[in-house]
This record gives sequence, structure tokens and C-alpha cells, in this order.
Amino acid sequence: MAINRQIVAGLLIAACLLAVPFAAPYLGGNYVITLATRVVIFAIAASSLDLLIGRGALVSFGHAAYFGLGGYVVGICAFHLANDVTIFGWAGSNEALVVWPLAMLVSGFAALVIGALSLRTSGVYFIMITLAFAQMIYFVFVALKYYGGDDGLAMTSRNLFAGTRITNAQTFYWISLCALALCLLIQWRLVVSRFGMALRGAASNERRMAALGFSVYGYRLVAFVIAGMMAGLAGALWANLNRFVSPDMLGWVRSGEFMVMVIMGGVSSLLGPVIGAAAFLLVETALAGWTEHWQIAFGPFVLLVALFAPRGIWGLLRGRAGP
Amino acid sequence: MQLLFEQLLNGLQLSLTLFLLAAGLTLVFGIMGVINLAHGSLYMLGAYAGALAASKIGGFWLAVPAALIAAGLIGVAMELLVIRSLYARDHLSQVLATFGLILFFNGVIAWGVGRAPLQMDMPALLSGFLEIAPGLPYPTYRLAVMGVGVVVALGLWYVIARTRLGMLIRAGSDKREMVSALGVDIASLFTLVFGLGALLAGLAGVMVGPIRSVQIGMGEQVLITTFVVIVVGGIGSIRGAFVGALLIGMCDTLGRAFAPMVLKLWLSGPLADGLGAALASIMIYLVMALVLIVRPRGLFPAGG
Repeated sequence: MAINRQIVAGLLIAACLLAVPFAAPYLGGNYVITLATRVVIFAIAASSLDLLIGRGALVSFGHAAYFGLGGYVVGICAFHLANDVTIFGWAGSNEALVVWPLAMLVSGFAALVIGALSLRTSGVYFIMITLAFAQMIYFVFVALKYYGGDDGLAMTSRNLFAGTRITNAQTFYWISLCALALCLLIQWRLVVSRFGMALRGAASNERRMAALGFSVYGYRLVAFVIAGMMAGLAGALWANLNRFVSPDMLGWVRSGEFMVMVIMGGVSSLLGPVIGAAAFLLVETALAGWTEHWQIAFGPFVLLVALFAPRGIWGLLRGRAGP
Repeated sequence: MQLLFEQLLNGLQLSLTLFLLAAGLTLVFGIMGVINLAHGSLYMLGAYAGALAASKIGGFWLAVPAALIAAGLIGVAMELLVIRSLYARDHLSQVLATFGLILFFNGVIAWGVGRAPLQMDMPALLSGFLEIAPGLPYPTYRLAVMGVGVVVALGLWYVIARTRLGMLIRAGSDKREMVSALGVDIASLFTLVFGLGALLAGLAGVMVGPIRSVQIGMGEQVLITTFVVIVVGGIGSIRGAFVGALLIGMCDTLGRAFAPMVLKLWLSGPLADGLGAALASIMIYLVMALVLIVRPRGLFPAGG
């Protein structure tokens, strides 16, 4: 029963996402496609966070750091190219196939360093130390006046994708959707693999896993790096979507929003964070279009989900059955 | 030398304000096991209640009781309506629910009062300077804030260390189930502690009002710093909150005042200013990361 619902829900979500570009002309054109692109990009970031929160029981409150770093890599490469200033002897680049992997590498490296230090702690202390590191990166970019500081960094155009322009909203949506599909596929393979088993085992009983001879710390660190790289990709896409990066991308409010998306959608499920990202953005957009004071309604909505849907929206959809 | 003294006093004033916030937050977390992100909202609501009472009805002296009453009542209502359902939940639900509360309170203020920051006047009695040492004038108001902070800290110490209520609170933060099993009405105790924490947050808010502007988002800023304080001090420990507040308040104030100056010894002017500003902002997080790496449960872990 549970499996059936899961498959049905998955197909339904996929159908909705695939239908967006075709339905958009009847719904409001590029506005709808851009909104859907935002959902897809946030879904990548939220699902990467769920790899930590859901599978690893590692509540990272600094996930925006990797998202923002990915964005800044894109922004800074474009900045150097546009202003004809080399960076470490490199002219910068506008090619997505160069810049996006670079963004993932930088975010992954940051996650490696931060994870290596943070994973020594656990529980609330882990929440706070990941937040602390993210805040440090945030303030570094606020202070970096050369790259715009508080005001952020605007890009003159989107990256080229294998030499072609991706200014078209539809094209960019398809690229983002492919990235999401790829990330979900990798996560699914990871979760059912030996690696995922070890990660989940450590989440439910760390000592037992250690006693079985698993290096819990190592598995967690690898998960941390993978999640950081995926968030970096989301950040690179986000920078391209808006052609703008700013320290807000790295701030703790953004980290909190990612967490809310994951929890609201449902932890430890492949589709939960996707639903969470969609619910978050769509409800927010709907309320903001209705009234300027949308937070008065959105706050209680979040609160009600927390109180009455402890397994998130996905948990409600899936029902009681299943693990 | 004069600058150093002034900054030390500023640091002390920030520390005592942070302590008012941290004391409530650390008790709520230590005893009830609830991560309350909306603690900063109570601080903001206290400041707004004070600022509105002062401008609409009149006078700073009315602002303080108004802030205390508003924050206390909202705190108790919050505990009864929302927080109470969260005790048995995991941290994730708590984060989600209290994040919703932050959005709600910010929305209500934006709707009812507006987004423009409010200014709050100091009482005439405290608006001057006091010469605390020859050639060293210091704002009377900040001294008064420190005085209140010290009195509250002492009062809190007395309540926690010397009264029956304090005994229950200490016992509750060590072994919650045992206290409840001994027949203590734990639900009322929780409401009381939460209300007390809200009261202190409101007090901090209204006292900071005349020093900084009262605006939406002031709660979130201070919330993160307060979390840093209680994590450095060790969650659940009042003593830890006090030491943490002193450490973080001093580091932050002195860092902001002197980091650019110190860096100028080695670096050129604008570079030192930029780096110094960054260093000053990240100083408290650096301290927290260092403390946690050396002592993963904070300086004074409760019940350890």
C-alpha cells in the first residue's frame, strides 16, 4: 500500500514538473516558469539537506553556506570575466560546464572543512556549530567590499551552457529540472546502498554501528560533503536564475528556510523535500500576492504543519503505513 | 586608555543584556528541552510594547511595566497554546513551530505598527553623563541598564540557589522525569519558567530600546547571539549563561572597537578596516567554535 502511494505520488509530482513549460502559456507565461524554476532549485537544496537531517540525523543549521558559496563562485567568475581582471592568474569563465562543477568543488571543500570540525559535536551543539560556521562565511562576504559586500554582485548575463545561451526561461527550467532529477537519482542510489545503510544505522544507533566496525565519523563526513556539493549546485543555478548573488544567500534565515522546507515536506523521504520546497514557495507566493502582510497567515500555516503533521506533508500523503 | 575603559563598560552592558535573554532561553531549553527560536520575538515584542506605551501614553517609566506585562502575558499564552504541545516532540518540530511563530509575530508588528523603526526616548533623569572617574564621563542610562542587569542576575541567583522554586528548577534541568514522579506539578512549573524567561526577554528589549532603534528583525539578530551565549556556557546552566554572556559580550564589543586598530599594525588602512570589520563580526562565532571543539558540551554543562 505504502509503496503504491509513494509511486503514485512520485509520478504525480514528476508529471506536474514536466507539465509546467507546456501549461505556462495558459497560466501567466514566464512568471510561472520562473516560479517553478525557483521551486526546483530550492528542492535541490532542500533534498541535499534531507540527506543530512533525514538520513543522517545531522541537523545542520548552516546549509545556506554551501548554497551561497556555490552562487558566489558563479558570481565571482562572471565578475572577473566582465571586468578583465584575472583571479589567481585565471581570466574567469562564463561556461556553465566549467563554473558549475567549480562551484560544487568549492562548496564541497567548505563542507569538508566545516564537517570535519562540526562532526565532533552532536545534538544541539552540532546545530549551533554549523550555524556558527555559516555565519562566519556570511560575514566574510558582507565585509568583502571588492565583491559588492552587503549590496551583492550582479551578473551581466547568465552562463553559457556548452557554448549556448540559456536566457530563455524554458531552457533554464529544463536544465534545472535535469539537475534535480540527477540529484534525486544519486540520493536514491546512495540511500539504498551500503553507504546509505551505514548512515541510517549511525543515525538510529551510533554506538552499535561503531561496534560493528563502521567508521561513523567517516560516513557522516562523506554525506556532509555530498550534501554540500549538491547545495553548491543549487546555489550556482540560483545565481544564474537571478543573475545576482548577495550575502542573503548565505544568511541564517535562508538556512532556516531550507530546514523548514525539509521538515514541512517530510524528512527521510526522497520526495518530501521537493513537496516542502513547492509548498513553501507556492503558499508564500500566493499569500504575498493576496496581502502585503502574508507572514501573519504563513506563520500559523508553518505552525500548524509542525503541530499536526509531525512527519510533514509527505507523511500525511503517505498515511500511517510504511516505515 | 579612556577608550579602553569606555569599551570595557560597553562590553559589560552588552553582556548583562545578553544575560537577561540567555537566562530565559537556557532554562527553557535545559528544563523543558525545547528549542525556542521565538525567544527573540519576545524581546522584540517587549521593545515594541515599551516604545508604543512611551510614545502613545507617555513616558519611559510607563514603558517598562508595559513591556514586562506584554512580554509576560504573551509568553504565558505562547506556552499554553503552542510550546506545551512541543515538549514531547523532536527538535525538528520545535524549530519548525517556533520559526512559524517568528514569522507570525513579525507579520503582526508589520501590520499593526508598520515597518519603519521606532525611536524611543531616554527618561530625562537618565539622559545625562556621569563622571565615573576623573575625565571619564559615561552615559547614565547605560549605567542604569547595567545596574538593572546586575540586580536581576543577583535576584535570579537567589531564586535558583536559595528558594524552593529554584530547587525545583535545578532538579528539573537535571532529571525531569524524577521531579514529575515526586509529585511536582510539572506543567505549572513549565508555564512559570517560560513566563519568567519571557519577562526577562521583554525587560532586555525595553532597556535596549533607547540605545538602538526598535524594529522588526531585532529579535532574530539577538536570538542568534543568545544561542551562541548559552551554547558556549553550556545549555541549561544559569552560571554558564552568565559566564557565556560575559565572554561573548566582551569579545563582540572589544572586537568591534579594536580589531581594525590592531590589524593596522601590520596591514594598510582600508584593508585593515575591511578585514577588521569581518573579524569583529565573526569573533563570537570563532569563540563558540573553539569552545565547542575543545569542550563539546560548553563550559559549564548542566547535569554533567
